[in-house]
Amino acid sequence: MPLQPIKFYQTGSFVVGNRLLDPDERAVQARIDRTNSLNCGHRACQGCGEALGARYALDAAMRATGNQMVAVNATGCLEVFSTPYPETSWRIPWLHSLFGNAPAVATGVAAGLKAKGRSDVRVVGQGGDGGTVDIGFGCLSGMFERNDDVLFICYDNEAYMNTGVQRSGATPPAARTTTTPAIGPEPGNVFGQGKNVPAIAMAHEIPYVATATVADLRDLEYKVTRAMDFRGARYLHVLVPCPLGWGSASGDTIRIARLAKESGLFPVFEAEGGEVTDVSKIRRRVPVEDYLRLQTRYAHLFGEHGHPGTVARIQAVADRNIRRFGLVEGE
Amino acid sequence: MDHEKPFAITLDVGSSLANKTGAWRTERPVYLDLLPPCNQACPAGENIQQWLYHAEGGGYEAAWRQIMADNPFPAVMGRVCYRPCETACNRGQLDESVGINSVERFLGDEAVRNGWTVPMTASATGKHVLIVGAGPAGLSAAYHLRLLGHDVTIRDAGDAPGGMMRYGIPRYRLPREVLDAEIDRILAMGVRLESGCHVTDVVAALTEFDAVFLAVGAHIAKRAYIPAGDSARILDAVALLHDVEDAQPPMLGRRVVVYGGGNTAMDAARTAKRLGATDALVVYRRTRERMPAHDVEVTEATDEGVAMKWLSTIARADGETVTVEKMRLDDKGFPQPTGEFEELAADTVVLALGQEADLALLDGVSGIETEDGVVRVGPTLMTGHPGIFAGGDMVPSERTVTIAIGHGKNAARQIDSWLRKGDHRAPQPAALASFDKLNTWYYSDAHATVRPQLEAARRVSTFDEVTGGLDESTALFEARRCLSCGNCFECDNCYGVCPDNAVIKLGPTRRYEIDYDYCKGCGICVSECPCGAIEMRPEPG
Amino acid sequence: MLRQVEGSRAVADAVALCRPEVVCAYPISPQTHIVEALAAHVKSGRLSPCEFVTVESEFAAMSVAIGASAVGARAYTATASQGLLYMAEAVYNASGLGLPIVMTVANRAIGAPINIWNDHSDSMSQRDSGWIQLYAETNQEAADLHVQAFRIAEELSLPVMVCMDGFILTHAWEQVDTPSQEEVDAFLPAYEPRQVLDPADPVSIGAMVGPEAFTEVRYLAHARQMQALELIPDVASRFAEAFGRNSGGLVHPYRTDDAETIVIALGSVLGTIKDTVDEMRRDGVRMGVLGITSFRPFPLDAVRTAVGEARHVVVLEKALAVGIGGIVTANVRMAVTPERVSTVIAGLGGRAITKASLHRMLADAIAGRLEPLTFLDLNHELIGNELARMAAGRRSGPMAENLLRDLGAVASRIG
Repeated sequence: MPLQPIKFYQTGSFVVGNRLLDPDERAVQARIDRTNSLNCGHRACQGCGEALGARYALDAAMRATGNQMVAVNATGCLEVFSTPYPETSWRIPWLHSLFGNAPAVATGVAAGLKAKGRSDVRVVGQGGDGGTVDIGFGCLSGMFERNDDVLFICYDNEAYMNTGVQRSGATPPAARTTTTPAIGPEPGNVFGQGKNVPAIAMAHEIPYVATATVADLRDLEYKVTRAMDFRGARYLHVLVPCPLGWGSASGDTIRIARLAKESGLFPVFEAEGGEVTDVSKIRRRVPVEDYLRLQTRYAHLFGEHGHPGTVARIQAVADRNIRRFGLVEGE
Repeated sequence: MDHEKPFAITLDVGSSLANKTGAWRTERPVYLDLLPPCNQACPAGENIQQWLYHAEGGGYEAAWRQIMADNPFPAVMGRVCYRPCETACNRGQLDESVGINSVERFLGDEAVRNGWTVPMTASATGKHVLIVGAGPAGLSAAYHLRLLGHDVTIRDAGDAPGGMMRYGIPRYRLPREVLDAEIDRILAMGVRLESGCHVTDVVAALTEFDAVFLAVGAHIAKRAYIPAGDSARILDAVALLHDVEDAQPPMLGRRVVVYGGGNTAMDAARTAKRLGATDALVVYRRTRERMPAHDVEVTEATDEGVAMKWLSTIARADGETVTVEKMRLDDKGFPQPTGEFEELAADTVVLALGQEADLALLDGVSGIETEDGVVRVGPTLMTGHPGIFAGGDMVPSERTVTIAIGHGKNAARQIDSWLRKGDHRAPQPAALASFDKLNTWYYSDAHATVRPQLEAARRVSTFDEVTGGLDESTALFEARRCLSCGNCFECDNCYGVCPDNAVIKLGPTRRYEIDYDYCKGCGICVSECPCGAIEMRPEPG
Repeated sequence: MLRQVEGSRAVADAVALCRPEVVCAYPISPQTHIVEALAAHVKSGRLSPCEFVTVESEFAAMSVAIGASAVGARAYTATASQGLLYMAEAVYNASGLGLPIVMTVANRAIGAPINIWNDHSDSMSQRDSGWIQLYAETNQEAADLHVQAFRIAEELSLPVMVCMDGFILTHAWEQVDTPSQEEVDAFLPAYEPRQVLDPADPVSIGAMVGPEAFTEVRYLAHARQMQALELIPDVASRFAEAFGRNSGGLVHPYRTDDAETIVIALGSVLGTIKDTVDEMRRDGVRMGVLGITSFRPFPLDAVRTAVGEARHVVVLEKALAVGIGGIVTANVRMAVTPERVSTVIAGLGGRAITKASLHRMLADAIAGRLEPLTFLDLNHELIGNELARMAAGRRSGPMAENLLRDLGAVASRIG
C-alpha cells in the first residue's frame, strides 16, 4: 500500500498535511518551502484541474530528484496558460517545442544530459490527452519502446480543451464535446471508441505505469516519487477535471475527480513491467450518476428527454472496471 | 531587449507574478470560525472543539485550562455529565460521536494528579458576593467571581459542600475524592465557605454583601399519595441517597420497588442493588421512550440487573407487596388507567417522583416571583429583586449538574457586570457548523481492528470507576476523532488544493491567509475544507 | 588523410570528428549510409560520449535533436525527401527556438509519385524554415561543410542544413581528404549554448508569443541570417587557413568575369555545367557559372557582383514551384534585373542532366531562343498522350502508371 497506515481518526492520511502528522508523512504540497513549480499568475481557468495536477506532479518530482529536473511540455492549455510572453509561471527548467513531439523532445533532453554526464538531472515530459493519446502518441510509443529515461505525465481532461472542447481519443462515451454534439439519437461521443493509453503503456512492458487523480494528492505524489525510483520509460496518467469543458462548477474539480474514482469509471492503479501491482480500492462506492450529474457535458442523459439506457451503459463500464481491477474490497 | 537569451522565446522564471489574476474574481473565499455543535450544546458553555484541539496534539494542560475557562469541574463533568455535546456531535452522523466526556475526565484527572491550578490575575474589586448553596451552581459562580476579582462567601446548609453532587449522585458514579479535589481547588482560590449555615433572610444579607446569588437547589422530594398498609415501608429517593452519603444507609430488604422514571430513580435502584437488594424494579407509568432518565443511566442500570416495569402506576403498597395498575398511552401520550391490576413482591418502595426547591428563604422578599415552585429570573439570572440572582435547580430549567455549572458561570458574569454597572452580553454566536458544511471524505474511517479497542476504552470511562478512565493513548486517540467542525485545524488542504498557489501558509498555529492578488475565486478550497471553515462571499464593491 | 571513400562515409566521418553528443537517426534513402556509419562510430566507442537514438520517425528525429540541443548537447541528424517533410513542423520549431542543430539532407524528390532519386524539391520546400541551407558541390565540400556548419550554427544559435545530392554524392566513391581529430578540435570550439535548460539557472524556453512581439521575433531571426552572410565567408576563409582548401562560402563563381551568359545552379550538377561551359568557352562563347552554396541566407550582393554585366542569366533548378516555375530564379531576380533571368527546370526525380542536353539548352540561350521557363529534356510525346487521354474521358486512369506504360520496357531511361 502506498499510503501510511491509519494512525488516528481525525483526518488520517487523506488531507494534504495536518499538524498532527510527522513532517515526513505530510504531502509535498503541505510544505511551506514547496517548489511551486507552476507559480501564481498563470492564466488557467478558475478551478483548473490541469494546473493543479501539474503543480502536484512536478513539485513531487522536484522533491524526488532534489530539484535536479527538466520538464518538457506539449502544446496545449498547460503550455498556453503558463507561458504567454512576456510571463512564465514555471520555476523549473522548462521547454516547449510542439504539440505532438513532447515525448521525443524529452528523449532528446535525456540523451543530451546523459552525453553530458548529467544523468543526475531527470526528465519529465508532460502534455494533455490530445498531446498524449492522439497527436503525440507515435513519439510516446517510441519513447516507451526505447525505454528512454523519461517520466511522461498525461494530464487527461478528456478532450481538446485548448482549442475549444473538441473530441479526443480520450473522450468518454456519451460526453458532449463541440465535435460530438448532444444531438441525434445517440447524443455525445459514441460508445466503442477511445484509447486506453495506460494499458498500451503496460503493453510496452516499461518499468512503471500508474494512474492517479487530482483528488488523491498523496497517492499522486507517491506515484511520482515511485516513478523516480526507476530508470527508463515511465508513464503516469492523471485525471484532471476541466470546469470549462466538462461544464462543472469550478469549486467541484476535486470532488468530480474523486467521484470518477469512487464510481469505478477511472481505475487508479500502478503497474511494474507491464503487470498491475496495486490498485486503489473504492472507499465509498457511488453510482456513475453521482459523477455524471455534476457535469453539463452529460446533461442530455438526464431529465425529461434523458437517456437512462446510456447511463446504464456507462454504469456497466464502471462495473467492468471494478471487476477487472478488483476495485471493491471483497468483490 | 535581452540579447543574452533569445528574445521572447526564452523567459526568466518568476515573471508571471506580474499577472494579478485576482482581478478575475467575483467571489472570494473567507476563513471563518463557526460554532461547533458540541459547543452549542454544552450547557456549561465549554469550547469543546478548542480543548480537543489542544488535546489532539498532546497539550493536555492547555486543554484543561481551556475547559477551566468555562467549567471548574472537568473531573466531575467527565463522570456525571449527560453529554449533550456527544448527542450533538457531527461525528455521530459519520460513525460514532467523539467520546468527549471521557477525554474531559482524562484531562480532569490529569489536573488533579498534577495539582494544576488556575492563576487569579484580575485585581481585587473590593466587592463581596454572597452565594447561598455550595452545589454545582454556587461553586461554579464562586470560582468565576473569584477569577473576576470579587470576594466570595458561600453559605451552605449541608455538612459538606457539593450539594446534589455529593448528596444526589452516588459514589460509584462520582468518587468523593474526585469531587473533593475539585471543590478544594475552588475553595483554595480564597472562597469563604460557611457549612451548616441556613440563610433565612436574604434581604438582610444584602446589607452585608454587594450581591447575592441563590443556588439552593431542589432537595425536597415530591410525594404522591399511595394507599398503604401499616407495614408498608415507603421512603423517598432523596433521603435514601443522602443517608447513604452520610453513611447511614436504611434497611431496604431484598425486594425494592422504585417508583419514577427519572435519573434519580435509576440512581436509587442502582444504589438499592449495592445495598444488597436482590431485586430492584423500577415502576414507571409511561414507556421507556418517554422516560426522563437519560439513556446511559437506563442502560447502565439495566446492565447492573435493575428491572423495569413500564406503563404501570402503584395503586397500593402493603407489607410485602405492591399493587400496580397497568396503563395505556392516549393519543396525546398521556398514561390512562386500564383497570387491570397486578401484585408485585416488595419489601420497600422508594419514591423518585422529582424534587422541589425550598424557597422559604425568599418569603417576603420584595419583587420575587415564583412559578411552579421555582424562582422566575430574566436572561441575566437576576430575580425581580435588584442584586439578588438565582440559578441552578431553583430556577426554571432542566436540572442537571452541567446546567447548574453553566448557570454559575453566567451568574458570575452577570453579577460582575451588574456590580460594574455594565451590561454583559454574550457575543453573538457564530453560525452553526452543521454536518452539511463538512467534507467528511477527508476523515478516516474507523479501522476494523481499532473499533473494539475504542469501545472498550469508552466503557471503562463511563462504567467501571475502579479501573480508572482513559489512559493517555486512548484519550489522545479519542481526542483525535474530533472533526473540528467549523474551525481550522491546519490540515493544509486549502494550501494544497489551490490551483493558483493563492493560499499562504503562515506556519504552526497561525493558520492560512488568502492571497487575493492571485486568488481567482474558484472555490476549491471551500469545497475541500474538511471542517467547513471557509466560505465564499461576493466580492466587495 | 586522403581516401577513396563513399560520400556518405566521408560525411559521417566528418560529422563524427565534430563530436556530436546526440545523433538521431531514422532511415530513409539515400541518407541511410550516413547514419549507418555514425552508428558504427558510436557503437565502436570511437565517438564518445555520444547517444545514438534510433527514433520512430523523422518527426521524432528532429524532436530528439531539439531536446538534446536545449540541454546544451551538440545534436545532429540526417534525412531526405518525405522524411524532411514529415519532420517539417519540428524543422521550423528548431530554428524558431534558435537551436544550433546540424542536419544533412541527402536531396531526393518528393512524391507522389514516389521517387527515391535526386532533386532539390525536399530542401527547397524548407527554404523559409529559418534554417541556414548550404549546398555541397562535391563530396569533399559536403564533408567540409559539416565541419563549418557546426561552427556557424553554434556561433549564431541557428540550425544549419547541409544539402548534398542523393546518390549522386551520397553514394559516389571519390577521393576525400578527411582531417584529423586534432585539426577539427582546433577549428571547432566546444558548444557554448546561448540558452540551456539548467536546474541551477532555470528558464522557460518556447513561450507563446502574440501579435505584440511576433514580428520582432521574426525580424530577429532574419537579422541573424543576415549576420550569417558575413559569418559564412568568414568561416570558409578560416577553414581554408586551417585545412588548406576552399570549401563553403556564399557562392562559387566560375569564369564569370567576362561572361555574357551565366548559368546559376546548386549542388553536384555544377560539375557537369562547368565542363559544358569549358567546352563552350573553347568555342569562344563567353559563358560563366555561378554556384550558390548558401541558399539561405540568400547572398543577394554576392550574386549581383558575380553576375555583373552579364546579359543573360540561366538558372538551372532541380526543383519546380508548380504553378509558377523556378524557386532559385525568384531569389536571383531579387539580385539582378528580372528580364535577364531564364529558368531551366532539370534533373527532377533523378533524370540525368547530360552535357549534350546542356549544350542544346545553352545554345538556345545564346541564340535568344530560350523560353522564360524551360523543362530540360521534356518528353512531349508522353505528355501529349496523357493530355489526349484526359481530354477523351473523365476516367483517364492514374497518370504516373499511364506514362510508365507508354514508356514500355524503356523504363530504365528514367534512371
